[in-house]
Amino acid sequence: MSLVLTEEQTLLKETAAEFVQEKSPVTHLRELRDKSDATGFSRALWKEMSELGWAGILIPEEYGGSGLGLSEIGVILEECGRTLAPYPLLSTAVLGASALALGGSDAQKQALLPGVAQGETLLALAHQEKPRFAPYDIALNAKATSDGFELTGEKRFVLDGHVADRLIVVARTSGSVGEREGLTLFLVDPSASGVGVSRTNMVDSRNAANVRFENVVVTADDVLGDADRGADLLDALIERGTAAVSAELLGLIQEVFDRTVTYLKTRDQFGVKIGTFQALKHRAANMFSEVELSKSITIDALRAVDEERPFRERVVSAAKARTSDTAELVTREGLQMHGGIGMTDEEEIGLFMKRAKAAEVTFGDGGFHRDAFAKATGF
Amino acid sequence: MSTEDAALATFREQIRSWLPEVCPPSLKPGSDTTPSAEDRQAWLEAFAERGYTTPTWPKEYGGGGLSKQEVAVLNEEVTRFGVMPPGVSFFGTVMLGPVLLEFGNEEQKQKHLRDITFGRVQWCQGYSEPGAGSDLAGLQTRAVRDGEQFIVNGSKIWTSMADQADWIFCLVRTDPDAAKHDGISFLLFDLHQPGVTISPIQLISGQSDFCQVFFEDAKAEASNLVGPLNGGWTIAKRLLQHERQTLSGGMPGGESPTPKKGGASEVPAPTSPLAEDARAYLGTEGDRLADPALRDRIAQYELDKLCFGLTLKRNGQEAKAGQGTSAASSMFKLYASEMNKRRGEIQMSTRGAAALGWEGEGFSSNEIMETRGWLRSKGNSIEGGTSEVQLNVIAKRVLGLPD
Ligand SMILES: Cc1cc2nc3c(=O)[nH]c(=O)nc-3n(C[C@H](O)[C@H](O)[C@H](O)COP(=O)(O)OP(=O)(O)OC[C@H]3O[C@@H](n4cnc5c(N)ncnc54)[C@H](O)[C@@H]3O)c2cc1C
Ligand SMILES: Cc1cc2nc3c(=O)[nH]c(=O)nc-3n(C[C@H](O)[C@H](O)[C@H](O)COP(=O)(O)OP(=O)(O)OC[C@H]3O[C@@H](n4cnc5c(N)ncnc54)[C@H](O)[C@@H]3O)c2cc1C
Repeated sequence: MSLVLTEEQTLLKETAAEFVQEKSPVTHLRELRDKSDATGFSRALWKEMSELGWAGILIPEEYGGSGLGLSEIGVILEECGRTLAPYPLLSTAVLGASALALGGSDAQKQALLPGVAQGETLLALAHQEKPRFAPYDIALNAKATSDGFELTGEKRFVLDGHVADRLIVVARTSGSVGEREGLTLFLVDPSASGVGVSRTNMVDSRNAANVRFENVVVTADDVLGDADRGADLLDALIERGTAAVSAELLGLIQEVFDRTVTYLKTRDQFGVKIGTFQALKHRAANMFSEVELSKSITIDALRAVDEERPFRERVVSAAKARTSDTAELVTREGLQMHGGIGMTDEEEIGLFMKRAKAAEVTFGDGGFHRDAFAKATGF
Repeated sequence: MSTEDAALATFREQIRSWLPEVCPPSLKPGSDTTPSAEDRQAWLEAFAERGYTTPTWPKEYGGGGLSKQEVAVLNEEVTRFGVMPPGVSFFGTVMLGPVLLEFGNEEQKQKHLRDITFGRVQWCQGYSEPGAGSDLAGLQTRAVRDGEQFIVNGSKIWTSMADQADWIFCLVRTDPDAAKHDGISFLLFDLHQPGVTISPIQLISGQSDFCQVFFEDAKAEASNLVGPLNGGWTIAKRLLQHERQTLSGGMPGGESPTPKKGGASEVPAPTSPLAEDARAYLGTEGDRLADPALRDRIAQYELDKLCFGLTLKRNGQEAKAGQGTSAASSMFKLYASEMNKRRGEIQMSTRGAAALGWEGEGFSSNEIMETRGWLRSKGNSIEGGTSEVQLNVIAKRVLGLPD
């Protein structure tokens, strides 16, 4: 089991680094935020990213993708984490594409995946209902009718839900809130009657939406995967999403750490570089260990999913717990070591801190995943 | 199967049939006779003759000439066989040996390496002094050339196992007028001589295999000076690298299993010995440990262990691919020792008053051993360079922070 990148992955990573640093540096996110951009990213740039193949990495070749794995999209997400590129990789290229690739019928795949791969179709997973992540706390009701279902309920924190062309809605067809059984996933057109989408503004300047469903009519053809047994598909999506967010966090962690070390070498106080102070040196060295640990476990988690390794949920939880906690550490320490300037909006460290917090909360924070890890280890 | 895999498989088969052949019956698993000294010696010699006590060293100096993969196979098979491998001097195999292979002259290699392999000489490490611990280069023990000998005066402290050792590898000051790092030499000499006094120091764990060693006109043959006169610091540092690597490599490396051919059933479900142990003391709710705070601490520990093991592994792979950072050994030493201390604290917490036993009735021998282990673990972040010193090394050598 190798923990170093393959040649192909290294190449992909270098291309991604070059591309996002040139076209979507942190200032790009800042501009979008400052002009309250309605989309929250540039569609033209997403198209360019898709032409590089990013949107279609997890899509099988027969539907216009490249049929590669999470390890490959992971290196791209890592680079996006370094520049806070606000692109719908997670919502569309990981969660949306996987939902269809893993659970879609041939007709559903034919209809949507080529558009996704080309950067034209955007997808969003409408899953969470409560503020804290709890995968099976699904109340949104899908009532069976003579020719389909009627959806009623509400979803929150739907990433890129404000621009999605299709929502992948996790609904309850039986059982009660909290139960793993009885879930069904649906493909829903947000322009359908009874769907109300309202955009939210989040601390990291990314986009999410609250979506209301009132007697929204869907047919049996809109079911994604198996009715009532949607948790299998949902688990697979969450697993991929969790590993993917870890990869993005890893990039963010490395960037903040590098910037902080650079600052320690350049900022003068008391007539010396602040990096000479042992009070800061030791904390930086401690952070280094945490950064290295985060890197190893994230690479392994991405590969574990690609290899469909047994007990991989343990490794994936370890990656999310480690990257969430390390991101909290390096952004907190990074800001502190930047002194007063770190508190300003002008300095970018604060933007990283905000994104770190949002990513930490996405698919469960350190505490959630330590608990999941313990469960997967049998205690 | 590649040719490399095939060769390894053959090697594994050989080891598997060789072990029961050479293992004296009294040492075999399930034996009810106490092994005699002769049996232990026979076991040791069987290993040493093939160089398996120092498996990576070249054959010409008594080593096994094995590759890292072969050593891994050897260790796996010995573990599977279920008999402890014969022990030879830790200081000789993991510290002095590698340094002699790199810096020693032919005569020194011939004289000392084979004795280490065969466990004929026990070594100890004469680095620290009462006035020079972290500031190792501040050492004052003097060695003065007198004909074909050096005359050594001074004192070493914290010398592990000195009372059981035959020889010492010792840092001595050979030029008191030179700059701190430039007047130090690396000298080997016999401890069984009139000028040497060894007095044990008792540790908080009750162990006393630590000593203060005094030299009063002790004698060392000049031919046992390793490397150039006054050029000992480079050797000293290299030896510390080996020491750190070993101190961190001893950590249980967390490794997530990769499925072998033949499917998932071959991969055992992950477990946590720490959690299993805690179960008896904490009780369970359903199949979860009943104390959520301790469960979280154990999870954090196991999780870090997994991450740490993977990082060791990645570092090894990067080194192979020529992208490694050698100073990372400081990080491993730091993290491993801090983790080991954390493990001790968790175990003390889970056991409550059952962790307070020292000797005699009322506590299982395992409980007493773990309690003493907890106390001993506190030294992990001191021996081989303190955690603070490792942090300094990382800050300077890895991160390039200014002095
Ligand atoms: C919210 C806020 C309100 C403020 N209000 C006021 C105000 O009303 N009036 C006013 O005059 N100022 C104010 N300040 C400025 C504040 O006093 C300074 O930011 C503070 O003294 C730190 O200085 P600095 O920002 O230049 O950081 P630096 O001095 O550059 O420090 C950078 C980092 O190096 C560390 N460091 C520096 N020297 C050492 C050392 N010797 N040893 C170890 N570490 C060291 C610091 O702790 C910090 O982590 C305010 C700042 C903030 C953030
Ligand atoms: C169990 C054990 C086994 C040992 N075995 C051996 C052995 O076999 N042979 C041998 O030669 N030695 C051995 N030692 C000695 C060991 O190497 C020293 O104890 C160690 O290097 C620390 O030196 P010191 O004890 O003099 O502490 P000091 O150097 O006095 O340190 C005291 C405290 O100050 C801190 N400190 C010192 N310098 C700095 C700095 N620059 N920056 C920040 N903090 C600093 C230290 O981290 C420590 O916390 C052993 C020690 C122990 C505990």
